[in-house]
This record gives sequence, C-alpha cells and structure tokens, in this order.
Amino acid sequence: MPHTDPASLPTAAFADVAALSAQRSARWRPGLAAQQGPALHSELFASSREGGGAAAALAFALDDIRHVPRAEGSEARDRRSVLWVQTREAARRVGRPYRAGLPHALQGRVIHVLAEKAEDALFALEEGLRCRDFAFVLGEIAGNPGALDFTASRRLTLAGERHGVPLFLVRLDAARDLSSARMRWEIASAPSPAPRWNPQAPGAPRWRADLFRARALAPGEWVLGEGGDGLEAQRPARAADHDGGDTAASWTAGLRQRPPPRRA
Amino acid sequence: MSGASAASTAPRRILSIWLPSLAIDRWRLVMGEQARALVDAPLVLISDTAHGPRIEAVTQIAAAAGAQRGMMLADARTLCPAIATAPSDPAGDLAFLEQLALWAQRWGPWSALDAPDGLLVDVTAVPHLFGGETLLLEDVREAFARRRLAVRMAIAPTAGAAWALAHHAPDGTIVEHHDDIERALSDLPVAALRLDQDVVTVLRRLGLKRLGDITTIGRDALQRRFRNRKSPAANPLIRRDQLLGRVPEPLLPVIAQQVPLVQRRLMEPIRHRQLLDQVVADLAQDMARELEGQGQGARRLELGLWRVDGEVIVRRLEMAAATRDPAHMLRLFAARLDDIEAGFGIEMVRLRASWAEPLALAQGDIESAAEDHGTSLAACIDRLTVRLGAQAISRPVPFASHIPERAQRWRKPLEPEPSSQGQLAFHARPLKLLDSAEKIAVLYATPDGYPQRFRWRGEVHEVVRVEGPERIAPEWWRERSGARLRDYYRIEDGQGRRYWIYRQGIIGDGRGGAPDWYLQGLCA
Repeated sequence: MPHTDPASLPTAAFADVAALSAQRSARWRPGLAAQQGPALHSELFASSREGGGAAAALAFALDDIRHVPRAEGSEARDRRSVLWVQTREAARRVGRPYRAGLPHALQGRVIHVLAEKAEDALFALEEGLRCRDFAFVLGEIAGNPGALDFTASRRLTLAGERHGVPLFLVRLDAARDLSSARMRWEIASAPSPAPRWNPQAPGAPRWRADLFRARALAPGEWVLGEGGDGLEAQRPARAADHDGGDTAASWTAGLRQRPPPRRA
Repeated sequence: MSGASAASTAPRRILSIWLPSLAIDRWRLVMGEQARALVDAPLVLISDTAHGPRIEAVTQIAAAAGAQRGMMLADARTLCPAIATAPSDPAGDLAFLEQLALWAQRWGPWSALDAPDGLLVDVTAVPHLFGGETLLLEDVREAFARRRLAVRMAIAPTAGAAWALAHHAPDGTIVEHHDDIERALSDLPVAALRLDQDVVTVLRRLGLKRLGDITTIGRDALQRRFRNRKSPAANPLIRRDQLLGRVPEPLLPVIAQQVPLVQRRLMEPIRHRQLLDQVVADLAQDMARELEGQGQGARRLELGLWRVDGEVIVRRLEMAAATRDPAHMLRLFAARLDDIEAGFGIEMVRLRASWAEPLALAQGDIESAAEDHGTSLAACIDRLTVRLGAQAISRPVPFASHIPERAQRWRKPLEPEPSSQGQLAFHARPLKLLDSAEKIAVLYATPDGYPQRFRWRGEVHEVVRVEGPERIAPEWWRERSGARLRDYYRIEDGQGRRYWIYRQGIIGDGRGGAPDWYLQGLCA
C-alpha cells in the first residue's frame, strides 16, 4: 500500500473522519431507528428465571417498527407476522408465548416454531430472515450450544442485512461468547413503578438493559420501560457518574466494566 | 363407475388383470433353485385343515394328473401318488398382490385389489401414453412376463365387465362402449357375474348357463326368484346391472377429476442422486406447466419412484399454501430424497398433485431485484415443515375457556383463525406460560393471605408486591367434581422479577388438604 502524505488528502476526508467519530460516540436511545434504520441483529442475554429477555426484545422490536419511516405505498400499520423460534430446552425453561399476554399489536401475528435442537432453531431463524413476510424474527436459545458459533451468527447477520428483517436473539443463561451481533445487551428485570390506583400491585414492566457491545454506538446502561408513547429509557443513577458526557473517551468503558462470564 | 361417470361423455376404462396361478408363480419366484428342480413334478400347494391337508393351488402338470383346487390331498394322492407338496401362504400372497397393485399403477393413476388373485386398474385417459389400448395390454403382458407371472387381462368400461372378460373371455379382450358390453358378454358362463357358488348352482339348475340366457326369461321372474337377496354377490340382477354400468359399483371409489400427473419413463434405470435430481427438476417443470394450464396450485404432491425390481418408493409433501413454483417444489423434494434406496435402479418417476387448489394466474416479477426480495410466507413455512416436521410450526389461537392453559390452542400457521368472542381485558396475563405449572413452596398467611416468600427451582424469592387474587373456578361442566378452584396472584420480587402464581384450592373447601401453590407464568 503506497504511503500517502496526510497533507495531500482533501479536507473532506478529515471532515468524514470527524463525522464518523461523532457518530461512533453517539449513544443508543429509543427511536434511534428513525435515523439509523432498525437494529438488524441484536443479542439479548437474560436469565431463565424471568421473562425479561423476550419482553425487552419485543419492546425493542416494536420501538423500531414504530420509528422506522414507512416506505411509499406500504400499509399504514404493519400486519406482517412475527416468527418466534424456541428450542425445546428454552421452552422448558421459560415457557411458550401466551397470546393473551402478548403486546396488543402482536396478538394473532405470532408464528411459533419449536425446534428440537439448536441446529434446527438456527435453520428456522435463517429461513425466517429470508422471508419478506415477517416483521421481525425472535429467537430463544438456551445456553451456549456448539452450533451457535461465530460462523453461525455471521450467517444470521448477513441474511438479516440482505433481506432487511431484524433478528432479536435471546440467549438464556448463556456466557458472552463470540458473536457478530450488531448490538449485544444484558437484560434483567428492574423494580416497576407503582401504579396509580393500587400501589401494592406490580406496575408496568421495566428492565435494566446494559448495552455492552455495539457496532456504531457507545455502550451504556439504561432502565427501560413502556411509557404512554412507546419505549422510554432513563439512565440509572449509578451509570451517570462514570459517563463524563458523550465523548469518545467512554467508548471502551463497556469493555472495562465487563462482568466475568457466567456459566450456564 | 357411478352416476357421475355415466353423465360424462367418455366412458371409463377399467383394466382387469387376473393372475390365474398367482400362488404357484409366487412360490416359484420365492423358491428359485428349489423350484427349478421341481419344474416337471406335479406340484400342489396345501394348507392344513381340520380334516387333513387340502389343496389350495395346483400346477398345470398336477392338474393334468387329476389334482384340483379344494381337493383333499389324500384324494389327490390316490389319483397320482407322485404328487409333490409345498405349504401355501395366503397372507404372503395377499401382501404380494398389494405390492403388485401398487406397481400396476404404472399403467394408471389408480388401482385396486381384486382379492384373492386379481387387480383392477383405472386406465381412463391413460392408453395414449402407451400408444393405444392394444399396446397398453402388450406392455402389461411384457411387464408381467418379465416378472414371470401368468396373466389374463381385459379392458372394459365397467369393473364388472372387465372382470368377467378377464376370467372367462379370450385373453386381451377390449370392449369399447357401454352398448357393446351386453353383446360381448352374452356367451360367457353365469359364473362371470361374480356370484356366490350356491347362486351359480341355482341358476344352472334353472337352465340358465350363459349370460345371454338370463335375458331370455323375463326380468320380473328373476326379480321374484331373488327378491330376498339384497347383497350383490347373491343377486344376479344387481350384478348384471353393475356389469352393464347401470348401477354404481361400490367396489371402486369415484375419481371426480383427473389429478395433475406427470411422469418420465427412463431409458436406462438411474442409480445416482444427481440424475434423479435432474429428473425431478424436469418433472417439477412439467407439473408447473400442467397446473398452470388448469389454473391450479398443488397442496399435496406425491413423488413415486418405480424401481426395476418391482418396489415403489413414494414421497409425499404437503404445502401450506397452493403453489406451482417448480424451484420451490424441487427444493422441498431435495430434502426428502436423501434416504432413497435405488437398488438396481429406478425406471420410472411420476409426480402427482393429489390435492390441488385453484390458484389464479399472476404476473411474474418483472424486476430482477425480486430475487433479493426474499421468500413468501407460505414458502418459508413449507421449508420449515419439511425440515422440522408439521407439528413444530404452529400459531396460538384463542379458545373459549376460563382455565388459562386451555384458553390457548396451537393450530397450523396458515389456517384461518377460528372466530371467537373478544377477550375481556380486566386482568393482566403473563407473557409466557410454562408448559406445565411448576409446584412452589410458599409462605403465606392461611387461609387466603398474600404470598410472602416462595422457593422456585431452588432459589428463594421475597415477594414485594402482589396483585390478586383473581379467582378462576373449575369448569364444572367438564371437570370432575373434585377439581379445586385457583386463586391467581401477579407478584413482583425484590429484584423486580414478575411472576404469575396460583394457589390451588382453599382450606376448608372439602376437596383435599392444604392447598398447593404453583408458578404458571412469567410476566414481562
């Protein structure tokens, strides 16, 4: 590769680099899909002792659908089906989707696939990503099966990006192994706000979401919840102090703070 | 063979194949070398009865020596002491005949057993594939000769006539029209009516020996004579009407319409997967053209592979929605051809759409970009079904029940949703329901206080917030009287994890002791 003198480069190149840097230090926020398009491949790590993983995945997916600009001539409301793939082990641990408890927009749109093995689940996920009639694909895989290696996740990323179908893969009780997912989240349930009429009762669901690795976004932590008009995110009190503003300095913060990998 | 067929213009064509010495031929095939040693001996096949061995089948030589079917072996031995015997195997013969019936579908899309030793094949609209009915019969004769089976055949517009001609007329008789049947059959013996032996005896005693004789006396007279006989096999008039096609023959089901069918007869038997894929691709193209001509799409496809040694391998596919895309069919079949045993080779391949639905013609995609556009929902579900099985893909539909796990059923993904009453959204429901509710140990204030702490899957959860109870009574019209009510609670623990738990029963309800607690669902 020939050596080039930086002075000979047009100033536009530097401007691009600056823009890129600014873009990289951008933070995730609800409704980001309006500018960047939907997140096409996200992984959500969650415990199998709670329903938070799939619930947060649905919340992210619905938020993206709400904010992605609709193409000319498409329907006002997205009525496409949703593919929900579970391995049998995942279904045993966290149960199967229950229609009456699904978000209202998704009731009657879920197509469920129960796969015996992780290989079959990956096949189903890939077929779902290739199908233009799915609004998004949601997978639930328990543990760290051998079939789900970097190659497999790269296949999923490429299939999703080629056909533009978002994939949300919930990893139950899994260690953070290699993956090509564009956004990787750690999800846990968080105490819910008190409802207005019965302070004794559990309120609207909330989750503590830790974005520990993302391709073009700075990592960070949020408390997510469904508000009146879509997904709402607040910075937790603990995360605010080490932030130091939206600078690229915090780019590696997520890596340094990485918790030791959990064993399933 | 029905009123429907009588209305249609072209008569049906039924090929009747009679294997007069099926048992003997099969015994020779099975025995091989041993049979060749006995080729000149008078051989009979016997079965053991309460009165000693009885003869079930005889070779020509044994028949010339005086042995007959149904004779006792001891009687035959007195006529011909040199008689050789072998055990008969009627069950094996029937299984063999079943295989033959399947194999005989190479001459027509539909065949039936005519136990114990015959086959019926519906060859309507098929003979032109073989160059005419005479050549079709030649083909049948050659194929059976290759398998060393003796046959007699006939083709007629009704099954009864074809049977009668095959058994009692010169071999290879063809009757063209309904009107010709009566003339062609008038010289046959009355046994050609497929009657019980005692009825045949009665007719013979009445002096009615040939079918033509029956028309000489009035129909009324026969009607009176057999007025109490309702079964076709005991009533010569019913049989005769069936034979002439005036009465439907319940032996044969009606095939209302010709199913789309394409086939390739191969010059050389193929043994390799690559060639088979090519043939299946060609067939898929043909099938797509055929379906397009009829304005239909296939829901179920059957791929039949006829092997040289007489085996038939069948692979079935069922599609989620009607399709006639050859690439899609090919892709689905490719997954099902891996375990084909080609044996000595496959000589004929046939693709048949046994269930087709109307599918309107649609304009193809003009843009080449449509390639990148991804598959349709139906195609995706077909692929998943082929790989994972039909029961793996489903969708939840509501069902009218109060019991939460009963209120949702799993149905096929593309079935229209059954109509149901709108759900009352008084109570929140969990996002996930466990396959079966898991028992938990709960600390609570009896008899019906809030849960305070519980242990699930080996971990203790402190209950911080509770909503409930939501009482769901057992469905008394369905369940046994001992079923207990359920009190559901929506709870949140110290870490914010939300669950749906219930207490089954209540102390003092007279339906058991202390109530159990279960965790049934995970909330969002």
